Amino acid sequence: MTELLPAFSLRHPTSIEEAIAIHGSAPDARYVAGGTDLIVNLRRGIGDPETLVSLNRIEDFQNIADGKDGGLVIGAGVTIANLANDVTIRTRYPALRVAAGEIAGPGHRETGTVGGNLCLDTRCVFYNQSQWWREANHFCLKHQGEICHVAPKGDFCHAAFSGDLAPVFLVLDAEIEIAGPDGTRREPLSALYTGDGMDHLTLKPGELLTGIHVPANTPPAAYEKHRVRGAIDFPLAGVAVALTKDGDKVKTLKIAVTGTNTSPFLVEGLEAFTGSTLGEDDQAKLADIVQKQVSPMKTTLVQPFGRRRIAGAMARRQAVSLLAGG
Amino acid sequence: MSSSEQAPRLLSMTLNGRVRHDAVGDNILLLDYLRETCDLIGTKQGCDGGECGACTVLVDGKSRLSCITLAAECEGKSVETIEALATNGKMSALQRGFHEKLGSQCGYCTPGMIMASEALLRRNSSPSEDEIRDALGGNICRCTGYVKIIEAVQAAAEELS
Repeated sequence: MTELLPAFSLRHPTSIEEAIAIHGSAPDARYVAGGTDLIVNLRRGIGDPETLVSLNRIEDFQNIADGKDGGLVIGAGVTIANLANDVTIRTRYPALRVAAGEIAGPGHRETGTVGGNLCLDTRCVFYNQSQWWREANHFCLKHQGEICHVAPKGDFCHAAFSGDLAPVFLVLDAEIEIAGPDGTRREPLSALYTGDGMDHLTLKPGELLTGIHVPANTPPAAYEKHRVRGAIDFPLAGVAVALTKDGDKVKTLKIAVTGTNTSPFLVEGLEAFTGSTLGEDDQAKLADIVQKQVSPMKTTLVQPFGRRRIAGAMARRQAVSLLAGG
Repeated sequence: MSSSEQAPRLLSMTLNGRVRHDAVGDNILLLDYLRETCDLIGTKQGCDGGECGACTVLVDGKSRLSCITLAAECEGKSVETIEALATNGKMSALQRGFHEKLGSQCGYCTPGMIMASEALLRRNSSPSEDEIRDALGGNICRCTGYVKIIEAVQAAAEELS
């Protein structure tokens, strides 16, 4: 038999309001949906919640519906498999389908959720290990320890955000809806992330992500992911690009990256490419801008230098392909 | 890690076609419930982190990793394990495919491979090689090199069509 998980009480609310109420009344509660990230961490001694508030029986949380502004509202509880198979997503937001299809393996996609992938805990080769492995290494700054083994002289946790959906939602200008004890709020997805690998979400106690609003008219977009194996693995770098054009010239360009920094982020300084035909010089410039803004550390077994160059190359390749495409 | 001492809940599910009611703790994994409570040891415990697919079972007909699924999340659902596939001692098409095409070597990944393939063939009776590879993307085999596994699934799909 496997080692027992820490003792917790599992609750099954049927509405978002009830979930927030249970979370508020139970000390040290955690929300859980698919559990493909949280349960693994609990098994490895990361976290010891007294109560798990399961979101799996909240039905209106699991729908993909038309938004009031002509866009789409994706419930945070929609599974990755349902997102990838949804006809509207496939036809209107194909980059989302690509990103969803590249997450983990089929068994994870059937249960993992959109909200879970956006809130995914940051990852590091010194953190995602068993209790005894971490203990033998005197733990790490992110959990129970005092030193970041990736950058021992600093006091900053460099664990990388590794969700695949976030960069696509970022280039599509998606907004998130958050519910909590103080009501609901809607904000750009980028506001969800703190930039600190240790405590990477801006969610306040008891708050949870309930949905994602994707605008109606989004530019053509693409997503590309680099990983060690062709399946299962988290991204060593994942790049989403959205591009509109005016004839054979770039009109607008957005690039977002995951897997390299503590948060998924939009690359800055791309306005310079408006009017460009993305000739060789501009392609090199574009790859360079991306390379300078990603900051992979030794959080994986693959060297940061390679991940940096790969991120730049993927951005360049996709931008060129989108400009050439119909 | 603290041990579990909380009162168990009464868990009801349809397991391999029969309804069961068992007292199960909230923190018990589906894998341990199947192997320890139900004595269904065909489902294998591999990596313990959802990384190898050896523990794959079907929940409501879909591929799920029982080592990272809480048993209590399967309340009211239909769970199927490798033990459900043979009827009256006769292997299913997939089992026969793995046997005859030598899709199984040491055999440890085989129950997970077969259950993931079963989920695929139920929704797509004539999958392409790419579709088979995609459906088995979360199942790792260290012996066969996958070629024989793909042939096994193709043979089963052909037999069923």
